[in-house]
Amino acid sequence: MASTQLHGASVGDRIYRFTTTAFALSIPLLLVLLAIEVVVAAWPALKAFHLGFLTSSEWDAVNGVFGAAPAIYGTLVSSLLALLIATPLAIGVAIFLSEFAPPWLRQPVAFLVDLLAAIPSVVYGLWGIFVLVPFLREHVMPFLADRLHLGDTPLFSGPAYGPSMLAAGLILAIMVLPYISSVTREVLMAVPRSQREAALALGATRWEMIWGAVLPYASSGVMGGVILGLGRALGETMAVTMVIGNRHEISSSLFAPGYTMASVIANEFSEATNDMHLSALMAVGAVLLAITLVVNIIARWLVWRVERRGQA
Amino acid sequence: MATTEPQVRATDAAATAVAAPAPTALVSVRALDAFFGPTRAVRDVSLDFLEGQVTAIIGPSGCGKSTLLRCLNRMHETVVTARVEGEVRLDGKDIYDRGVNPIEVRRRIGMVFQRPTPVPTMSIRDNVTAGFRAAGSGAPSRTEQHEIAEWALRRAALWDEVKDRLNDSAMALSGGQQQRLCIARALATRPRVLLLDEPTASLDPLSTQKIEELVYELRGDVTVVIVTHNMQQAARVSDRTAFMLMGDLVEVAPTSRMFTSPADERTEAYITGRFG
Amino acid sequence: MIALTVLAALLATLPLVLILGLLLKQGASSLNWAFFTAMPKPVGESGGGMANALAGTMMLIAIASAIGLPVGIGAGMYLAEHRGGRLASVVRFLSDVLNGLPSIVVGIFAWQFLVRPVKHFSALAGGIALAVMMIPLVARATEEMIRLVPNSLREAALALGYPRWRTSLTVVLRTALPGIVTGALVAVARIAGETAPLLFTAFGNQFWSTSLTQPISALPLQIFSYAISPYEEWHSLAWAGALVLLALVLVISLIARFVTRSRFGHGHD
Repeated sequence: MASTQLHGASVGDRIYRFTTTAFALSIPLLLVLLAIEVVVAAWPALKAFHLGFLTSSEWDAVNGVFGAAPAIYGTLVSSLLALLIATPLAIGVAIFLSEFAPPWLRQPVAFLVDLLAAIPSVVYGLWGIFVLVPFLREHVMPFLADRLHLGDTPLFSGPAYGPSMLAAGLILAIMVLPYISSVTREVLMAVPRSQREAALALGATRWEMIWGAVLPYASSGVMGGVILGLGRALGETMAVTMVIGNRHEISSSLFAPGYTMASVIANEFSEATNDMHLSALMAVGAVLLAITLVVNIIARWLVWRVERRGQA
Repeated sequence: MATTEPQVRATDAAATAVAAPAPTALVSVRALDAFFGPTRAVRDVSLDFLEGQVTAIIGPSGCGKSTLLRCLNRMHETVVTARVEGEVRLDGKDIYDRGVNPIEVRRRIGMVFQRPTPVPTMSIRDNVTAGFRAAGSGAPSRTEQHEIAEWALRRAALWDEVKDRLNDSAMALSGGQQQRLCIARALATRPRVLLLDEPTASLDPLSTQKIEELVYELRGDVTVVIVTHNMQQAARVSDRTAFMLMGDLVEVAPTSRMFTSPADERTEAYITGRFG
Repeated sequence: MIALTVLAALLATLPLVLILGLLLKQGASSLNWAFFTAMPKPVGESGGGMANALAGTMMLIAIASAIGLPVGIGAGMYLAEHRGGRLASVVRFLSDVLNGLPSIVVGIFAWQFLVRPVKHFSALAGGIALAVMMIPLVARATEEMIRLVPNSLREAALALGYPRWRTSLTVVLRTALPGIVTGALVAVARIAGETAPLLFTAFGNQFWSTSLTQPISALPLQIFSYAISPYEEWHSLAWAGALVLLALVLVISLIARFVTRSRFGHGHD
């Protein structure tokens, strides 16, 4: 009791600090390593075709000529189509859940929508092959082309095979909807009470308040959610591979089969026999990596900005 | 600033211990500065805490009293950007010396916070023996732990209320009971000094009274430093009182004298309620 | 206008109802005991099951968890304890970026890094690819949960003379554990259904295998190859597989949801 011996080292603390720091550093390291490995794998193709890889539409594995333009085009078109369908729906759901739904309904509906994100991609693909594609071929496509007489417009021309850009866009829309709606719900709830009350105090109706005060305030966050959904759509693989038709062609028609970057890689990987073909697939992966990196960084930045403003 | 104190004679507590030898300083603070980043929260404080006595630190919010308290067991430095300069001597040894392990310091100086902080995943018994178990090199036996828990809980006047449910979660206790549990937990390691940081701030009057009685009981065995914003509380439980203002130690004196004839006019202004 | 948002909610939940309904109908009619115990049969022979794919999925989840959980939890603890730190901000941001990368890109990475040098596919490479996907999820979930633990509890443990590591592990982490378990289960549910990264790593295997260094089958891989095959018999097995896979994912998600939240806070405030 009397002697006060205070010295001693804390080895445990040093080990603890070292370990957690190492684990934390593993994330940036993984990302750098990932980028390096993908570029290394892609290098032979990138060196052989230069920028032509991005602009050429010719993909001929037998003759060793590779151009990824159709896959890039297909990725962008299917993702944009998905966003076009999913965004209004997702914002509608988010507004319903955060503003109108009675409290007892909120949890269950939010749960159901979130559940959409839990369904594995391959299950969507299975449903797409056996339900969505036949349904499009037999009902939707004839309806659009013949009943609405849209068959002559470039968007809806050509034979209705079933597997198509339209099918890919629709299935992607279902898959990204929960992401957009959950981010939107979060940013809507981050809108301060004062914003709402100020609008209501001016005599706005509930709807005018949402349209005039809440949505503008949350708009860049909603935009972040949409771009986050875009990131998901761009990289989505299995479901798209199963319904898009897998053809290296650029067609203006949504009825025509196409390809996306992810589905080219998934579909041709096992049949790629020569090194250049493999490397071309990896180069497609590298382009996909670059695009999704940019999209993700923009999305995170937008969401982060709104959340920070909400806290301030 | 007041560094060496004249011997205390006038307080109630000192009167009860009139035959005992003059108390010596167990903890001595010398020229202490504490910073948060560039802000100096405690300025050049020198102060002795006498062995076996209760010292209260009072002052308005933000005066640095909690920061000073947290410098006494090296808790201040656990905050990012926090920094301490100066000396704090425990039994003559500077706890800020190079090579001193803050963990060893904290094992000898118990601390209780504003809000009760039982570990929610531990039972009542495990909470009481938590510090004891952390300090021991080997795991103490089951009976040893039980004995310590009983001793500490009795000391904290909680034993009768919890003896039948030592295995229950500590979260089942009321706020006042949780706070006495935290005191028991701090006492279990037999610290020489007990630091109380506004221990009754979140409690109802009845629980507050129990804690105050407990503090009064502990004097003699343990050197207690209690930070409080409640002057009546300081007057009730302490032998000596220190008054802080904007990081400065304004005055330290026997409690009875402090509240009847303070030396500094700022102290007088504060205790008569003109600010704070 | 309110009606429009209600319509949106109905439209959004419609695909879920359709998919679940069909899965139950198609899957249940093809599901039998043999599905869980039998090996796949060659084309033309009826019957057969996916015992090897089920075992493969379990094994891949185990490998991914063995790597992804410790690293993810450790990184999450770092993030929570260095809130304002510069490295922490960078790691937090990159972790979100990694989380947003397409799974197929992770697959390419694992192939180039782990499969190509040794020239053959393996269960280990598949598990590592899935672990890469798990790490950012687990790290962010751990960080969020640890942040919910009041700082006063950490201080109390430090004041008792607990070293930092002991404070973090036995008090803070222990208190946040139910939440972290939830986060870990969500991550497992997410990777259990992944197919794309496995195409390049685990590859698939028609035979029973539990070897780390051999190609291994997995439920999603098997569903994929059966779904795009032209055989009726395999289609119904694919439906059964999809039902089992979805049930697995949903059960894990539901457990995650109902793991009891810990008793934070102070009782009386």
